[in-house]
Amino acid sequence: MASYSTNEFRSGLKVLLDGDPCVILENEFVKPGKGQAFNRVRLRNLMSNRVWERTFKSGESLEAADVMDRDMEYLYTDGEFWHFMVTDGSFEQFAADAKAVGDCMKWLKEQDVYQVTLYNGAPLSVTPPNFVELEVVDTDPGMKGDTAQGGSKPATLSTGAVVSVPLFITIGEVLKVDTRTGDYVSRVKG
Amino acid sequence: MMQPDWQPTASLQALKNRAELLQFVRGFFASRQVMEVETPVLARHGVSDLHLDAITARTAAGIGFPDGRAYLQTSPEYHMKRLLAAGSGPIFQVFRAFRDGELGRRHNPEFTLLEWYRPGFADDDLMTEVGDLVAGWLGLNAPPQRISYRQALQRWAGLDPFLASDAELRVVCESWLDKALADTLSRDICLDVIMSHQVEPALAKEPPTFICLYPASQAALAKTSIVEGQAMAHRFELYVRGVELCNGYWELTDAAEQARRFELDNQLRAEAGKPVMAADAFLLAALNAGMPASAGVALGLDRLLMVSSGADSIADVMAFPAPRA
Repeated sequence: MASYSTNEFRSGLKVLLDGDPCVILENEFVKPGKGQAFNRVRLRNLMSNRVWERTFKSGESLEAADVMDRDMEYLYTDGEFWHFMVTDGSFEQFAADAKAVGDCMKWLKEQDVYQVTLYNGAPLSVTPPNFVELEVVDTDPGMKGDTAQGGSKPATLSTGAVVSVPLFITIGEVLKVDTRTGDYVSRVKG
Repeated sequence: MMQPDWQPTASLQALKNRAELLQFVRGFFASRQVMEVETPVLARHGVSDLHLDAITARTAAGIGFPDGRAYLQTSPEYHMKRLLAAGSGPIFQVFRAFRDGELGRRHNPEFTLLEWYRPGFADDDLMTEVGDLVAGWLGLNAPPQRISYRQALQRWAGLDPFLASDAELRVVCESWLDKALADTLSRDICLDVIMSHQVEPALAKEPPTFICLYPASQAALAKTSIVEGQAMAHRFELYVRGVELCNGYWELTDAAEQARRFELDNQLRAEAGKPVMAADAFLLAALNAGMPASAGVALGLDRLLMVSSGADSIADVMAFPAPRA
């Protein structure tokens, strides 16, 4: 497997650190005018999702991690695995377990496209698009005269996600939701 | 929106600030009767400092460089010292310096150094002048404070750089790096780690601060003497908002000591697997002929612009940093 020297470190690069695949978030070159150069690196461990900070001597290298992000369509779940199909026309399928799907589970809608991260060829994590459009399956009835101002109430979406929505939202409407924050964005005109 | 790559990374305002800074610097030295000089960017000798790497250039045979090889200078220091030995009196230079392998938020492999030498000055006198220049440009009300390297490490890292054992320093370094790596670090490199990871961030919250009197092992080209019972180098750096702006010395003028430091540098380079650099015979001959007692300093003008404009990256103050050069 290839390795990367500190001067090739850039955000997004996938490397192995202490045996775990990590993605580099930030690489800061630190060097006193008359002293040793170092790289202060922030990485996210892709197994634990924890952010690590580690300093390397400039010129040190880390082994590349066999990590690949691929766009895949969500197909279905059999209760144990969540099945995805690569969108490149190859019909290649991958089964992700609950750990890999993680928080993305509440945004999974059949036929929508997600980013599946493969580590050594197996799904490691699933990332939803920044915005998803989902139907409201349950919420308290809206009150007449409510406008965009005013209060909010919980609404359950088709995937099981619960988001806070304005009072005028009714069952059956399709909403645009920001998956990074879990916030309601707008109604989608049907 | 990403700009197209042909565009400068600095704003037009930043380029104007740079032009104004150059005028300010020239005015500052003109009023103090310090002569502007120019010395070679390309020369036959490269720097021997363990932590600096010159960029090597190939040349045609017969244009003066042996073996068709020359080096882009990492600073104009040796040539300017030869001018001092030749009787130039006080001199300054705005110099384009090159350092291989240095690219980051505060580094570009090609950058602008303001370097100047003051015969008859000691490190204390030159700190005052650096303070005048920087305070003048930044509009500071007070000159920078001065703290010794020892006090700085005691205050912000809770250790005495002269008395702490190597093992203690390594343990401190393990807060930031792997134990396996920490165990391979020399005493001075451990101190560099602590300086850049602990002290510099603390200095970001301080008013402008000179750090002076470094351990003699980090003298580079400064005179050393015994202070508080320890061998210390008459070397200083100025930090503004945690950014290292300059490095100054009460200059070493002893040719034999200079030759010894070249040898020591090369020993360290060989151990680190770096190419050994021939000692600059011109510099040694100039020191033998007699260089006046002087203090000298190199100040990064790009960094000074970063500080005065609040820029976060050196790319914000230079038209075309390396990735666009």
